[in-house]
Order: sequence, then structure tokens, then C-alpha cells
Amino acid sequence: MGKKSVIPFGPQHPVLPEPLHLDLVVEDEVVIEATPQIGFVHRGLERLVQTRDYNQFIYVAERICGICAFGHSMGYAETIERLMGVEIPKRAEYLRVIWHELSRVHSHILWLGLAADAFGHEALFMHCWRLRERVLDLFEKTTGGRVIFSVVKVGGVQRDIDASMLNQFVSVLEGIMGEYQQICRAFLEDSSVRNRTSGVGVISTERALDLSMVGPFARASNVPYDVRSLGNGAYGDLSDFQPIVSSNCDCYARMEVRAAEVIQSIAIIKELAAKIPAGDIAVPVKGAPAVDSEACNVVEQPRGECYYYAKGNGTKYLDRMRMRTPTSQNLAGMAVALNGCDIADVNMIVLTIDPCISCTER
Amino acid sequence: MGAFKLGNMTFGSLFKKPETVKYPVEKKPQPEGLKGLIAIDVNNCILCGMCDRSCPTDCITVDKAESYWSIDRFACIQCNYCVTVCPKGCLSMRPDYAPAGATRQALRFDVPKQEKAAKKETPKAEPKQAEAKAEKAPEESKPACASADVRDEVLEAKLAGMDPEKASKVRAALGL
Repeated sequence: MGKKSVIPFGPQHPVLPEPLHLDLVVEDEVVIEATPQIGFVHRGLERLVQTRDYNQFIYVAERICGICAFGHSMGYAETIERLMGVEIPKRAEYLRVIWHELSRVHSHILWLGLAADAFGHEALFMHCWRLRERVLDLFEKTTGGRVIFSVVKVGGVQRDIDASMLNQFVSVLEGIMGEYQQICRAFLEDSSVRNRTSGVGVISTERALDLSMVGPFARASNVPYDVRSLGNGAYGDLSDFQPIVSSNCDCYARMEVRAAEVIQSIAIIKELAAKIPAGDIAVPVKGAPAVDSEACNVVEQPRGECYYYAKGNGTKYLDRMRMRTPTSQNLAGMAVALNGCDIADVNMIVLTIDPCISCTER
Repeated sequence: MGAFKLGNMTFGSLFKKPETVKYPVEKKPQPEGLKGLIAIDVNNCILCGMCDRSCPTDCITVDKAESYWSIDRFACIQCNYCVTVCPKGCLSMRPDYAPAGATRQALRFDVPKQEKAAKKETPKAEPKQAEAKAEKAPEESKPACASADVRDEVLEAKLAGMDPEKASKVRAALGL
């Protein structure tokens, strides 16, 4: 047995898009304990809700995270609508879900690129991000922004997508499908990728449930939990929705689940684009949340379940806004997955939870 | 199984057009609805201050007494909220990105006083205000500019004090 030593990992590390610090207790190049530490990008956004009214805060909420920006604005708006008893038009629900699924596509392709970068496959990384660019162009055309969209408002959405643009959505997504499948082949069938990810960072289904893991990280451990299957909003109108799960429970499974979820999201967009009803895109919202009114909401972000809680106080300023983000749920699972892994696999395991530290710290 | 699964794609991309464009010679077309910068039609503005109160980053200042509307482009997050709350529809989102600035300064736009108040003397542009105008793009300043000559003088004075090479670049950028 070798001597125990502690290796600091992060907050600045090439594999990490955001600052996370890990203290890795290492013995003979094997990690025996990992202690995560966060707190490098805390911005106090939950406190800011008391100084911005509920309409203004939507622009703060979507800046919690750059990748799940749309999900946060949608989750926040839905929470406020519940708090004030507002029912939004069906078309607005559809548009929100179409944009939300499109942001899942861009988030997962971004992640696949980062994963390729983590195991050293630069060409694969570039091809992934090249495809993601097509999705960002769709966002730019319909919302006016590439990453931060500011298109959701309390009571609906600010912009409509016309029929020709919806057709363009479908044709662009179908157009990238061929190349995307080639990329998926590289991820799932290439032996060099498989050797690097198979059997690494295994978490059993029971352990995943114990650790309250969410999102693709949990689904890769065969936990069939996906908030979309609750059928909130336009998700309820889908003909069929089954969460994508894998029973391999390792890094390879997490890649497999995310790769398949992109295809699932594209199918959802296609189905909703065909079904979208005509009508208004927003209803006027007046007044303020009642004193001591409370509402909560869950949204399936690209990284997993995100929980929102809001409390009104009779004014336009909320009393409390709380968000429990998917990465804060998954950090415990990550620390467990790191136990017993090789030091060379640490970056792969850290990346496969798709850590979003900005979300976690807010 | 087997390695080089991406071989075809990578090899194929050798014979494709590049995905990137040669910026700044070549630029990607900007979509119509792009959130670039907030523009104001000062002739319609009634200085009600709704945009000032609604801005989540407090980047807009409306001063009724001095009759001006100003925006700090560095603080603006292009959320479009001011455009939606403006009762006269005088604010709009233009699909051009804001020009780069060397200093952080709020851009000030003089709003012509309405008929009732027309008898009162319109405050002249102060040097500080003219200086702020010199920083912004020329077409943006045109509708608001009560004293274009003052602005040009200040600009010329600034350019004269600059390195000649840099000054010629600034002139070219401003279209002078």
C-alpha cells in the first residue's frame, strides 16, 4: 500500500467549463475519497428577487446559467403563473416546449463535444460544436439571441414562430440528423471511446436512488425518472413519451442516454410543430401575488429535475424564490462515483454528470 | 467495434467549404429579429419614465426636468422589456450590435420638449453631454443631436490629439 496524498483538482482545470474544486485523496493512483467544494461563482441571485419585481426577475432567472437559460426562464414563469393562478394560451405552451427541447438538443450536443474533449478526441469535439451551431442559428432567427433568449414572459411568450419557421426547424433538425448519427457512431461504437468510458464511475440503481440523483445521470443508472413524463404543459399532448434509460450505470451509459435524448428531443419538436394550435401567444398579467401565496414547480432541464419555489407577499416583489438545481442533486453521486476510480478517469467522471456550477450556486 | 469511426466525416470535411467565415471581411447575415441595441425615436418620447422604472439593470435614465433619455450600453442586457412597456412605442430593438466603446459612458439623447412646454428654453448641450455623443455611432446620434457642430468639434479635437494612424482608423469607422 502506498502513502495517501491529497491532489487538488480545480477550480481551474482544462476539463471544467465552470469552477469546481475537488480534494482527491489518492493512494497508488486510485482515488479513495473525493470532497467537492463549490462557492466560486455565487452571485446571490435568489436574494435579488426582493429588489426586482416578478416581471424583471425573469431576465435574472435566465441568467442563472448560460446553457439552461431557457429552462430557467420557463420554470420561473410557470411558477409565477401558478402563484397568480394565470392560465396561458395553448400555443404559448407549445412554443415554450419547442424552444426548451431545442435548448436540450444544443445542451446535449455541447456536452458530447466537451466529453470528446475530455477523453482527447479533438476532431469529434469540433464536429459536435459545428452541429450545435446550426441549432444556435435557429435560436437566433426566432428569439434574437443565441444563448440568452429573453423570450418568455409571465403569461406566455414574447415572440411567435410562424409556420414557415417551424418547417425550417424541422428541416434543419432533419438535415443535421445524418451527421449526428455518424457522430453517435463515433461515441458509441468506436473502441477507443468505449475503452475510455466503459466500466468507469459505476453507480448502481439502488445507490442512484439513495443519492437522489436526477436527469441523464440517474437515467444512465436505470432510474426511469423524467419530469417530462408528468405531462406538464404541452408535454401532456405528446402521443408517447418514455424516459430513455440504460442499465450499464457507467460513463458509457451516460453518453448513450444523452446521445439518444437528442434524437428524442428532435422527435418531440417535430411532433409539436405538426400539432401546434393557432391562437394567442400570451395573456396579460396584472396585479401581484397574494400575501403568503406559495407555488412550486418542477422542470426537466437538460441536466435533470429543477425545482422552483416562490412565495408572494402582496406586492410585485416576491418574498422568496428558491431553486434546487440538478447539479446540486448530482454532486453527491459524483463524489461516490469517484471513489475507487483511477486518477486518470477523474475528469471523465466529473464531466459525465454534466456539472453546471453556476446553476448550483446561483 | 473498431477505431476511426469518425474517419469518413473528418476526411470528408477536407473537401467541404469552411464552416467559419472570414470575419471582419465577411460577415454572417444578421437575422431581422436580432437583439442588438435599443434605439429611441426622441420625437415620440414623452419622458414618462416607464422604461427607466422597468429596466432590470437600471441602465436607462430618464430626466424630465432636463428633458433627456440616456442609456448605458455596457449595462444593457438587451432583454427588450423597456420596448414592451413603452406606452408610445418610441423604443425599438435594432438588429445591429452596439459599436464598441473605449470608455464607459451613458449615451444621452435630448428629447425635444412637447408643445405645452415649448415656451421654455431647451437646455443647450453641455460639453460633457457632447462628449458622450462623440462616443456613439453617427447615425444613432442624428435624431437626438441638438448640436451636431459641437459634437464634431469635440470629436475633431479628440482625433487631433490621437496617434494619426489610430485617428484615421476611427475616422474610417465613423464614416467621416
